[in-house]
Amino acid sequence: MSVALRILDDGAWLSVNDQRRVSVSELWRLDAPDFCDCDLVDFIAEGFTGVSADGHQVAVTTYGKCIACGESGVPGKLPVGHIRQGEYKGYDRQNIVLRPIERRQR
Amino acid sequence: MPTDVERWKSEVYGNEIREHLYQFAEDGWESIPDDEHDAWFERFKWWGLYHQRNGQESYFMMRIGTPNGVLEPGQTEVVAEIAKEYASGPAENPEFGDAYVDWTTRQSIQLHWIKLEDIPEIFEKLEANGLSTQQACGDSWRNIVGNPMAGKAPEFVDAWPVIQELNERFKGNEDHSNLPRKWKVSVTGAPDGSGQGDINDLAFEPAYKEVDGEEVRGFNVRVGGGLSRNEPRLARELDVFTRPENAADVAAGISALFREHGDRENRYNARVKFLMDEWGPEKFRNTLQEEFVDFELETAGTDLREQYTYNAGGEEHGDLIGVHEQADGNYYVGLNVLVGRMGADDTLELAELAEKYGSGEIRISQRQNVMITDVPEEDLDDLLEEDLLEHYSPDPHPFMRGSVACTGTEFCSLSIVETKNRQVRFARWLKQNVELPDGVEDFHIHLSGCTASCAQPQIADISLRGMKTRKDGEPVEALDIGLGGGLGEDPHFAEWVGQRVPVDEVPGAIKNLLASFEDQREGDETFRTFIARQDEEELEDLIEPEETSYEDPYMHNTKMTWYPYADEDDMDASPAPTDGEGNPIAPADD
Ligand code: HEM
Ligand code: SF4
Ligand SMILES: [Zn+2]
Repeated sequence: MSVALRILDDGAWLSVNDQRRVSVSELWRLDAPDFCDCDLVDFIAEGFTGVSADGHQVAVTTYGKCIACGESGVPGKLPVGHIRQGEYKGYDRQNIVLRPIERRQR
Repeated sequence: MPTDVERWKSEVYGNEIREHLYQFAEDGWESIPDDEHDAWFERFKWWGLYHQRNGQESYFMMRIGTPNGVLEPGQTEVVAEIAKEYASGPAENPEFGDAYVDWTTRQSIQLHWIKLEDIPEIFEKLEANGLSTQQACGDSWRNIVGNPMAGKAPEFVDAWPVIQELNERFKGNEDHSNLPRKWKVSVTGAPDGSGQGDINDLAFEPAYKEVDGEEVRGFNVRVGGGLSRNEPRLARELDVFTRPENAADVAAGISALFREHGDRENRYNARVKFLMDEWGPEKFRNTLQEEFVDFELETAGTDLREQYTYNAGGEEHGDLIGVHEQADGNYYVGLNVLVGRMGADDTLELAELAEKYGSGEIRISQRQNVMITDVPEEDLDDLLEEDLLEHYSPDPHPFMRGSVACTGTEFCSLSIVETKNRQVRFARWLKQNVELPDGVEDFHIHLSGCTASCAQPQIADISLRGMKTRKDGEPVEALDIGLGGGLGEDPHFAEWVGQRVPVDEVPGAIKNLLASFEDQREGDETFRTFIARQDEEELEDLIEPEETSYEDPYMHNTKMTWYPYADEDDMDASPAPTDGEGNPIAPADD
């Protein structure tokens, strides 16, 4: 079954099969040492510019800012959930550390 | 590859969306196929309907476009009645009650909590009274803005007939109804810069030309302004002059150029400001001349920008609050509406006062305020005695007068922080606790919940923009603070010099900033001049956040609630989606 992944309303949210799944303004912890000098980036998601499915993982290219040091930009594609048998399940993003896909592949 | 949005637009867009909308309304919310929600909500925008945010599914924001902010006699009453009957949701707003009208920074009207099932009735009532939601959102000609008193206050060139002509020609016009992105137009005839042309996609600004020894009055054309996405741009001079009677043809050419050359592959790059970045005005003009108009464009005339006083840094912000004489000897009375929101009952009373003392007309400004027009001099005193004017004052305290706020987390998907109720509390606290330095009568504080900048923060004295930070380890709502913004001959966008100030420390920061201004002020220099002579480091030093007696009830992550002011505000406690009667619809098996 194909899954429709879209970013809508000027980057405000991720839609998976026509349901709103992830919204801007969430705070995430990132393991992304290239983004800023903080041990873990304390990241606020301000806008989504793209979405991709890498295997089962759904990842959003996200513009945002580290609220600890102020660095802003795009840390990469951030995995926010996964798809199993056509069903989307979001990660518990408040309580885990997200690692950009690009970083994993290296 | 075209985006999904472009694909949907190529399938169904423009006027034809309406029949589908009516069918869904008749069959109810659940009749929208599950896998077509995204497509339909994107299309509904064209008819002025914006699906409200997460947790408020099945409710819509409805925007009514009122060209130049003009509400003709009788229309304000209609808006109030619709708000009263249809714009109540499942929970109340503690400041504004359960039915209210938002007067917006683009001279439009927003209602919230609108049910799909009610839309045909609302449309019929609006349209029977000459009002419409057509193209109020979506990718086409939006509501045209200008000086709200066009046609009534003294002007250099008469803008109102031009605005009407543009509105008639481009609303529902198949050739211009599917543009790559929104298209915001400003037409100004007043010599003071009050149409805010600089921050619109297309601006007509007053100018004149000597032709055969005679002065011809018309407009210079600018293209490519806008505030959004952290990429603010001032509209650029196109070196084109147009006479009022040709303005619609010139506009048609420019709009068609945008239709053909705007970026449809990437919505983030689609606004015409980015095309202007890429091309520059010269290539833009040449392309316009060669491909999109069949007459010779005139070169720019002499503009009046030197005379611009509106938000130009002087004492005069030109917000039209207070009592002012019209060109015909009658008066208009500008009333301050704090953060642009007025209860439905108050709006009804406003309509009654306009009938009783004026012609029944109301006008909306780009500062979220309203004007009662056409009041004979002898009736002014009685009007000024009316109770409604105690709350919506023609002589407000500067902090009340200067407060502008966008929609924020209450309804908006993009938002990061709560805005309107917070700005109301800021204004009240500042009024009680902060003295403005001598002679500072107009002081604008604009709060936007995100970088889209609907409250136009970058052109205020103090610019506030939603952010987050941690305070004692806990995530809290915060604001970036910007300084140095304003329009005028030399417009300037604010520099964001204060980062992530916890919201409860912002009033203290403003207080300290004004105290520093008072201390360091040279003579009676204005705030804008004072800010302009500071270097970046000095500006940063001026931001001194501090906790004060101000309390903020919305510190927590209001975006994670279904409605920030509900007693049970957890996302799980949301009644949405609901049916036409407002009863929760049990979720499917998902
Ligand atoms: C549900 C509420 C709203 C949403 C979702 C929304 C969405 C947006 C978005 C996405 C942008 C920037 C994107 C772009 O470049 O097109 C924007 C900009 C803007 N909006 Fe809104 N908006 C809302 C309410 C309002 C209100 C109440 C007004 C006043 C009519 C308004 C006026 C503006 C203005 C003046 C700008 C910035 C200027 C510009 O770049 O042209 N918006 N809005
Ligand atoms: S500025 Fe942002 S938060 Fe405010 S209404 Fe516009 S899009 Fe929403
Ligand atoms: Zn950091």
